[in-house]
Amino acid sequence: MKTVASFKIQYSQYLDAEGKLTQKKLPGFAENRDELLKMYRMMSFVRVFDTKAIALQRTGQLGTYASCLGHEATHVGIGAAMKPEDVFFPMYREYGTQFWRGVKPREVLLFWGGDERGNNFSGPQHDFAWAVPIATQCHHAAGAAMAFKLRKEKRAAVSVIGDGGTSQGDFYESLNVAGAWRLPAVFVVSNNQWAISVPLSAQTACETLAQKAIAAGIEGIQVDGNDIIAVRDIMEYSLDKARSGKGPTLVEALTYRISDHTTADDASRYRSKEEVEEAKRKEPLIRIRKYLTDIGAWDQKKEDKLLAECTQQVDAEVELYRGSGKPPVETMFDHMFANLPEGLIAQRKAAAEEGRQHG
Amino acid sequence: MAKVTMVEAITLAMAYELEHDPSVVVLGEDVGVNGGVFRATAGLQQRFGKERVMDTPLAEALIAGMSIGMAAQGMKPVAEIQFSGFIYPTVDQMINHAGRLRTRTRGRLHVPMVLRAPSGGGIHAPEHHSESNEALFAHMPGIRTLMPSSPARAYGLLLAAIRDPDPVVFLEPTRLYRLNKQEVEDNGEALPLDTCFVLREGEDVTLVSWGAMLHETLQAAAKLAEEGASCEVIDLASVSPIDFETILESVEKTGRLAIIHEAPKNCGVGAEIAATVAEKAIYSLKAPIERVTGYDIPMPLFKLEHDYIPGMERVIQGIRKVLEA
Repeated sequence: MKTVASFKIQYSQYLDAEGKLTQKKLPGFAENRDELLKMYRMMSFVRVFDTKAIALQRTGQLGTYASCLGHEATHVGIGAAMKPEDVFFPMYREYGTQFWRGVKPREVLLFWGGDERGNNFSGPQHDFAWAVPIATQCHHAAGAAMAFKLRKEKRAAVSVIGDGGTSQGDFYESLNVAGAWRLPAVFVVSNNQWAISVPLSAQTACETLAQKAIAAGIEGIQVDGNDIIAVRDIMEYSLDKARSGKGPTLVEALTYRISDHTTADDASRYRSKEEVEEAKRKEPLIRIRKYLTDIGAWDQKKEDKLLAECTQQVDAEVELYRGSGKPPVETMFDHMFANLPEGLIAQRKAAAEEGRQHG
Repeated sequence: MAKVTMVEAITLAMAYELEHDPSVVVLGEDVGVNGGVFRATAGLQQRFGKERVMDTPLAEALIAGMSIGMAAQGMKPVAEIQFSGFIYPTVDQMINHAGRLRTRTRGRLHVPMVLRAPSGGGIHAPEHHSESNEALFAHMPGIRTLMPSSPARAYGLLLAAIRDPDPVVFLEPTRLYRLNKQEVEDNGEALPLDTCFVLREGEDVTLVSWGAMLHETLQAAAKLAEEGASCEVIDLASVSPIDFETILESVEKTGRLAIIHEAPKNCGVGAEIAATVAEKAIYSLKAPIERVTGYDIPMPLFKLEHDYIPGMERVIQGIRKVLEA
C-alpha cells in the first residue's frame, strides 16, 4: 500500500494560561493595547452579566439560563473578528459575540425569561435567532453563505456549535456542501469538553474536532479558545479567506464549560471538582489580565473601576428587563404569517378574549 | 395557449419566476443538467445557469436547512425533494425553523421558501417513493401546504407559493404528472392561497378531495350523475390552512359530506375536515360523514398499490353510503 493522501491539524496559541506569550510575533491588532483592552472589557462585562443572570434564575426571575462562564475568549474573539455585514448563527450561549455585535443584555434576559421579544434583538438585523436544536444552524449558515456567493457580496456566515454538535449529521452535511461549493462560511466548534453530562471522549474517537474538516475537504484549525488573541487571529484569518472567495474553515476552539450546562443542570453529578479547579486555573480572563498587567496596560485600580462600571451597566439592563412585562396574548399569533389565515384570525381573537377574562 | 401536463406546468411556473425575480433560485438533487428525476426542472439550468438552478449534495436536511438560510437573507429558494419518502429528514428544519422563524423573531426574519416534493403512489415506483405525507406538514404551525390537482392549478398555485413571503410545502401528485394535458396560459397569474376550488357544483352531497384522488372523485361524481345523484366536488388544494368557509357553505347546502384522500386515515387531513364540519355544521348533516382513504399501513410495494389507493369503486361505495344513509 502507499499513502494517497495525508493531513495535519495546526494548533494556534499566543498566550498561555500564565499570561506568557508563546509566540514572538503577535497579530497586528494585538500590538495595539486599546484593541486588547476593548476585548478584555467586553470579556469582563460578559462575566458580570453571566453571574447576574444566574442570580436572577436562582431567585426565580429567569426560566432556565445557559451560562457562558469560561467561554468569554472564544465568544468575544469571534465577535471582534466579524464585521457587521457578516451574519452570525449562534447556538444559545454566545453572549460575548452578540454583545459585541450590539445585542442588548436585556434581550438575552427576555429570551431566557420566556419572552419571544428576546429574539428580535438589536445589532445587525440579519443575524440569526438562537438555535436550540443542536447544529441545525450550520445549514442556515451554509445557506446564507450561498446567498452571499450568488449575490457576489463580500460577506461571511459564522455558526457556532459545541463539541456535542459535531456528532450531528447537520454539521457534516454543512461542512460538506461548504467545501463542495467553496462557500464563505466559518464553522466554529466551541469545544468545552462536555455535552451536558457526556464527555468529549464518549462523543468521538478523533484526537481533534478540527480534523472533522478533512472529510469535507476544507481547512480545519484548532485554537486555544481561552486565548482571546489566538481566537480573534484565527477568526480574522478564516473570515478574510471566506470573504475573498477562498472557501470555508472549521475552527475548533478548545475551552471548558466551567458552569453547569444550564441552571437546570448539576455538573457535580458527572465530573470531578479537581477537573473544574484545573479548568478555572486556565480560564480566559486571568491570562489576558496578567498579560495586560505585565505590559503596563492594567492595574488593580483600573480593574476595580471596570467591574463597578460593568455592574452598573448590567444592573441598568436588568431593570429594563424587569420592566418588560408580559406581552399581549394576541402577539402569539401576530407573526405566524405575513398574511394571517382566517383560522388563525379567529384563534387570535378567542385567545385575546380568554386572556382578558382570565389573564 | 399551450396544452401542457402538470409536470410541464410546474416547470413553466418555476421558469416564469426565475425569469422575473432574480432572488428566485432552484435547488435539489439532480435538478440541474438532468432536469429532475420527474423532469420538473427540465431545461431550467440550461436556460438560467448553474447559479440559479443548483444540484445539491445528496442530503435532504441540508436542502431544507440551506433554503431557510438563503430565504432569511433575502433569496427565494424553490427546493426539490426527489421522492416523497425522502422528505422526512427535512422535518426537523421545517418544523423547528422554517415554520417558526418569523414568529420567534417577531417578524425580524422570515422564510420565503418553497419545498416541492412528489407525493402519492400509483406509478409502480420503488419502495419509499409513493408516500402521502401531507398531514405531517399540515400539523406544522407556520407552514402552508398545497397539493395541486390539475396543470392549471399547479401553475397558479406554485407561482403563489414562490411569491408568498412564508414557507410553503408544495406536494405534487406523481400520478397526475402526465395523466392529462390542459391549456395553461403562461401569463404569470397566481391563484389565491388558503382557498379551495369548487370543481363541480351539486346539490346532494359534498365531496372534498385533493391531489391525485380528485381524479377518481370526479369520475365517481360523473358516474353517480348518470344515476341522478348530484355531487358537489371541492378540490381542497390548500391542505393547510383549510378554507372551511367554502366547505361549510357547501355542506350546509347538501347536508352530506364524503372526504376522499389517499393518505392513511388515522389523524389524516380528512379527520380535521370531519371534526370541523361536526363542530360548525352538524345540524345541517343528514347523514354521518364518510371518509374514503388509504389504510393505516405503509404504502405497499407496487403489486398491491392499487389495492391501497382508493379506486373509483371504493369512492363510489363511500359516496353511496352517505347518500343512502
